[in-house]
Amino acid sequence: MKQKLVVIGAGMASGRVLEHLTDAEPDAYDITIFNAEARGNYNRIMLSPVLSGDKTYEDIVTHDDTWYADRNITCRFGEHVVGIDRDAKTVTGENGTVAYDKLLIATGSAPFIIPVEGKDLPGVITYRDLDDTNAMIKAADKGGKAVVIGGGLLGLEAAAGLAERGMEVTVLHLMGHLMERQLDEAAGYLLRRDLEKRGIKIITQASTAAILGEDRVEGVMLEDNTGLEADLVVMAVGIRPETRLATDAGLEVARGIEVNAQMQSKTDPDVYGVGECVEFDGHLFGLVAPLYDQAKIVAQGLLGETGAFVVKDVATKLKVTGCDLFSAGDFADAEGREDIVFRDPSRGIYKRLVIEDDRLIGAVMYGDTADGNWFFGLIKDGTEIDEMRETLIFGPAYQGGDTADPLSAVAALPPEAEICGCNGICKSTITDAIAEGATDLGRLRAKTKASASCGTCTGLVEQLLQVTLGDDFQMPAPQPVCGCTDLTHEDVRRLIKSQALKSQPAVWQELGWTTPNGCHVCRPAINFYLLADWPIEYKDDPQSRFVNERKHANIQKDGTFSVVPRMWGGITNADELRAIADAADKYDVPTVKVTGGQRIDLLGVKGEDLPHIWSDLNKAGLVSGHAYSKGLRTVKTCVGTDHCRFGTQDSTGLGIRLEKLLWGSWTPHKLKLGVSGCPRNCAEATCKDIGIVCVDSGFQIGIGGAAGMDVKEVQPLIQVPTEEETIAVVIAVTQLYREHAKYLDRIYKWMAKVGLEWIQEQIGDLDTRRALVDRFELSQSIYRKDPWAEQAKEPPKFAPLADLTLEAAE
Amino acid sequence: MNWIDVGSIEDVPLRGARLVKTPVGCIALFRTDETEVFAASNSCPHKGGPLSEGIIHGQKVTCPLHNWVFDLNTGAALGEDGQIETFPVRVEAGRILLDGHAVGKRSAA
Repeated sequence: MKQKLVVIGAGMASGRVLEHLTDAEPDAYDITIFNAEARGNYNRIMLSPVLSGDKTYEDIVTHDDTWYADRNITCRFGEHVVGIDRDAKTVTGENGTVAYDKLLIATGSAPFIIPVEGKDLPGVITYRDLDDTNAMIKAADKGGKAVVIGGGLLGLEAAAGLAERGMEVTVLHLMGHLMERQLDEAAGYLLRRDLEKRGIKIITQASTAAILGEDRVEGVMLEDNTGLEADLVVMAVGIRPETRLATDAGLEVARGIEVNAQMQSKTDPDVYGVGECVEFDGHLFGLVAPLYDQAKIVAQGLLGETGAFVVKDVATKLKVTGCDLFSAGDFADAEGREDIVFRDPSRGIYKRLVIEDDRLIGAVMYGDTADGNWFFGLIKDGTEIDEMRETLIFGPAYQGGDTADPLSAVAALPPEAEICGCNGICKSTITDAIAEGATDLGRLRAKTKASASCGTCTGLVEQLLQVTLGDDFQMPAPQPVCGCTDLTHEDVRRLIKSQALKSQPAVWQELGWTTPNGCHVCRPAINFYLLADWPIEYKDDPQSRFVNERKHANIQKDGTFSVVPRMWGGITNADELRAIADAADKYDVPTVKVTGGQRIDLLGVKGEDLPHIWSDLNKAGLVSGHAYSKGLRTVKTCVGTDHCRFGTQDSTGLGIRLEKLLWGSWTPHKLKLGVSGCPRNCAEATCKDIGIVCVDSGFQIGIGGAAGMDVKEVQPLIQVPTEEETIAVVIAVTQLYREHAKYLDRIYKWMAKVGLEWIQEQIGDLDTRRALVDRFELSQSIYRKDPWAEQAKEPPKFAPLADLTLEAAE
Repeated sequence: MNWIDVGSIEDVPLRGARLVKTPVGCIALFRTDETEVFAASNSCPHKGGPLSEGIIHGQKVTCPLHNWVFDLNTGAALGEDGQIETFPVRVEAGRILLDGHAVGKRSAA
């Protein structure tokens, strides 16, 4: 005698079970199927196209009456099941009882109704089945306003369908961005933009307080008292497994009916569950792929075979015409995860791949999802993507053969494809600039700013140069900072900023230093970059400084030091000179010399005397001249209008003011200033890093002079009318240099890399100038101090070590 | 061996150095890690630069005068023909112990 199978629910999952079962053994079971809806199985996923009018019900029916008849399945559609008696092994419907040997519960899910006032008013509907869809279509025929509560997959499909049918639609979403479970913020933003383009209003962080209306719905009230008119309210905030029958039958139910890997109820092996109503291993199921997997297992079980259901990653696509999105896997930010991001804003394309341990673990795509399934395959298979990482984001078309060529991928990009996300630079802007003569990275950056911010697209920009110029382009051999890393200074600077690296260990770790704690080449550079970029957060590390900057004096070849007190603008007086002379006597200073920077150098001071000589000089008001530092050295001046018959401005006064503002600041290399009172240029300002030449109409400021290994004349930066503006410009350009230059590049070298025009643009923009001045001042709040006074007054941090010679003498 | 306590490891800054005066001259103690100290001559064989003023990285020190780099394990200059003397040193319970024999000091006992 044939066994009896009773199925409760004719949805996509149970439909698939019956297909497998009857295909394999048409006569194994005598089958009865109940369905509350007055119809058989149809493709529920396609309800959205029905709502929008793209498809009809007939298009989406999967199993029609003939199908059931051919398989001798008894259909009891439109009949609610009222109870299950597991002892008697019967199922009772509204029209009578039927016995079973095996029972399959496939009751699916019920929409979640938020418990607010007015939820039961006519005109408030959910979006779950064909009846709901038809109700919406009917409501939309009358036009008017619709409010959709819930900005998830279903809610948005409903909203788009209603808008398509001519309703004025508002979507209320509780969270900060749409479809937050499937999309990250960037993709959520693009989706919102597209939906808004088609007239759908979106309100995020909207919490529904009540649904208003007398006899039928009239509006929705939000928690913040915003009122919205509504002729139709669609609730699409989520679903929950429909488990009432199972609970009543005494089956174990958590959130869903608990089943084992064979899809049998944990309580009763003769009862199977499938689809959205079951819970397996803590998981609930809402998408179709796992449901089909389950269906296969159930069919196998019914046929006496044993399979086992496994939970797999699932991918999501939104079925709204024109909104192309795809999401799969895990794309939350977490430690150890890396992103590859591609954006093409003009085409509204966003792709983000999340990589962990050389494997793709998540993908979010918007606008172009053609490669979605390929990425999904990589996620499911845990394929190592190391080899194809460079071209991965361009999809399978670029993975052909063993030699994936990133250049062809770059060449294939459309002109409007965004290359530099920070500055919003697209491919054509870059190729145009190359055509106009920006044929290396430095000039290209100066002209377009592409790759000039975070720098992550540097490789892409270089490939563009290569593609555009062909053999004319010599890929520059990147000069790494030192043997500890392959990164260049520029890379490191950008990464310190973009990844907010605020300590040396963070730099070593995050940027993959190959040595435990750097070397004598990189440590001073990194120390400078960190203190320049994070003046408050980062603490200067003396152990990463060259001896001169640690000792605040210049080491000489015999191991003694030279001491140079500051003379503001080169002005001194009898008291200061007397103090210097006394110090020279007291500490047996063998050589006293006048420097090129208009001050006095005491050469040959013993290391252990340093704190004492500093202390003595401090008493006369003298402070460190920083003659040893990669920082502000001197501001050389001429006597200006005070004494000189040619002087046009108070060059001495300006020099002193500048020196008092700038002293103590650290810069990539030494920084020397000069202020000349007239174009005769007695202060030699035009060969200083920053030189000011006073003229009748104001102040000519030039930068990039030097008189060292290279002799350079300053390039004119800007002319300004007032002393105040001169000071702001000098400070701003100093800060710009501090923030961007490579360690040990003087201004002229930095200028050759970024271009004078770029510096002029930054300084010329008053907001940028002001911001630079503010950042410099913030840094100076820490560093505008006399290190001599600090060191002389501080008790030694470290107790002296033993003196074994003394012990020996005792 | 005749271990002599010359001070607390906390009195040498991390990746810094201090000097100990001994009968054989100034010996530099290099603290390369939280609990790791090396002892070596303070004087660079090249031009006599004070190694204790150099930058300390890994188990190496760079001379402040002309950037000669010495491996503190062996005293060998890397890439140069030169050598500095190294001395046995231990860290025990936060104290730095130098071998008295090696630094020319007879046992105090």
